[in-house]
Amino acid sequence: MNKMQKALRELSEMDELAARTSPIHSIHPAAKFLSTIAYIMVVLSFDKYDLNGLFPMILWPIILFQVSGTNVRSCFYKLRIVLPLVMAVGLFNPFFDKEIMVRIGGVGISGGVISMITLMLKGVFCLMASFLLMATTKIDNLCAALRKLHVPSMIVSLLLLTYRYVGVMTEELSVMTDAYHLRAPNQKGIHVSAWGSFLGQLLLRSMDKAQEIYSAMLLRGYHEHFHYSENRRFNVHDAIFLVIAITIFVILRIYNLTEALGGLVVR
Amino acid sequence: MHMADALLAPAVAATMYVASGTGAGFSINKLRKDDEPQKLPVMAVTSALVFAGQMINYTIPGTGSSGHMCGGMLLSALLGPQAGFLSMIVILAIQCLFFADGGLMALGANVWNMAFYGCFIGYYLIWRPFMRSKIFGDNRNGQRWRIIVASIVGCIVTLQLGAFSVVLETSISGITELPFGAFVALMQPIHLAIGLVEGLITSAVLIFIYETRTELLQDVERSESDKKGSLKSVIVTLGIAVLVVGGGLSLFASSNPDGLEWALFGNAEEGYAENMGLDEDNFGIESTVAEKAGAIQETTSFLPDYAFPDSEAAMGTTVSGIVGSAIVAGVAVLICFIGGFFRKKKTAEAQ
Repeated sequence: MNKMQKALRELSEMDELAARTSPIHSIHPAAKFLSTIAYIMVVLSFDKYDLNGLFPMILWPIILFQVSGTNVRSCFYKLRIVLPLVMAVGLFNPFFDKEIMVRIGGVGISGGVISMITLMLKGVFCLMASFLLMATTKIDNLCAALRKLHVPSMIVSLLLLTYRYVGVMTEELSVMTDAYHLRAPNQKGIHVSAWGSFLGQLLLRSMDKAQEIYSAMLLRGYHEHFHYSENRRFNVHDAIFLVIAITIFVILRIYNLTEALGGLVVR
Repeated sequence: MHMADALLAPAVAATMYVASGTGAGFSINKLRKDDEPQKLPVMAVTSALVFAGQMINYTIPGTGSSGHMCGGMLLSALLGPQAGFLSMIVILAIQCLFFADGGLMALGANVWNMAFYGCFIGYYLIWRPFMRSKIFGDNRNGQRWRIIVASIVGCIVTLQLGAFSVVLETSISGITELPFGAFVALMQPIHLAIGLVEGLITSAVLIFIYETRTELLQDVERSESDKKGSLKSVIVTLGIAVLVVGGGLSLFASSNPDGLEWALFGNAEEGYAENMGLDEDNFGIESTVAEKAGAIQETTSFLPDYAFPDSEAAMGTTVSGIVGSAIVAGVAVLICFIGGFFRKKKTAEAQ
């Protein structure tokens, strides 16, 4: 399976997840989008040494994963992209910040190690939140919500159109890549002699096709704006969800739940 | 270069959103003013293709590794800077939303680092000036050279700026303990190599389009004459480029020690005094021969520490950069002459 086929599979998996039904799926996309942004902002606002404070933030995505019936495994599969860069930056911390901050059973843990773990957890939490948003919201509904939030129509239309074409183009290039590799079986990538023509030919054909598509759109009454088939409005339930979410984030940000719970056990 | 959310502080993420949002607003207004709504489907198809095209591995001859295409330069050369910028925003948004490649809150920073530099700086400061100039000759061959050089220079410069912004944003966010200088030293050289490869791949695609459908490229004029470009003009231009790069970039030469020096001696002024515990002044082999060699070196080096002797000014660094470039160029020319001399001699002997 080549890179493009893997990407197509990921896209279709996300589409399938978003097409299911659950209490989280039925919440208005704007409420989910705003709560996701609020969650990420709160997660990022924790101090680099505040591992205790940050950790309870895992509860929110875990609850949503369970309620929406989404598999955590497919989310963690995406960590292969997020973690390397975060780790590349965080791994230096233990070498530069050697001051012992905590002692556990006589073993000293430096500030660098704590900040490294905090950084990685932030990466994982933010990924979980973004993944949940896309796993419970169809792209059409998200685009409609973005329009409601006054994101310019040109960007929203472009996002929707590009998303539609991404599947077609990736499929096309995947077939071309397979055909190329079948004719050049021992070659790792595209040979230098075909660097320009390989993508260039498809680019030219696609741009011509795009002009024809635009003409067809005009004939069918297109006038710069898309009309979204939004089947319901932002109602009280959505507002309650948003308020509860933000309240929980604020409480978790102000009160250190980990220490409070630990204090109940250890006196 | 896609940044994850965890690498940014909320304030930095918000600032970058505002900066990128301003760029997007400007682009939308410009496209509306120019009344180019027909660009939307073309932008969508091209964005989708660039998105997919970035997954193709291009073999780098003689290395066994592979490289990818530079999206920003390609899109701005095909669609113009504004449409290219919006297309890049959408590509980055899809990568972030569906593939977790870059964070949702870091989208503003990623747009700035990859789309803004690639589309606006790459187009207005590199692509357009090259295409409007008569450098490399006023014919098709000269135009090919302009496209190649603009693509390579554009990709290198924009990737360098992007990589530097990543370091700046991460450092300002207080995420890493890695000192700023060391982080820069880690990021910039890697992206120099990446930029070169991406530039070559991008130029190959653009040259193909130029050969088949010239009218699709921004600011590129049709030229019917197909005589060869003057080699002299190529050499003169590259010479000027070397002087500008050597002279200009040396102004930014870090006063901090390089990675190896830093690892050995630390930087007491910055508070990293004891890395390997070595004393810079007393480090090295102590012998009379070494002292004499040092004295000779000090006498003969007319640009100690890349500046004129006793010069503390930035100008000294710039001059040393230019002189250094000139020496390297001189040595290269000398090697060519020596090679040519021996080749001629060999040919004469064979006859």
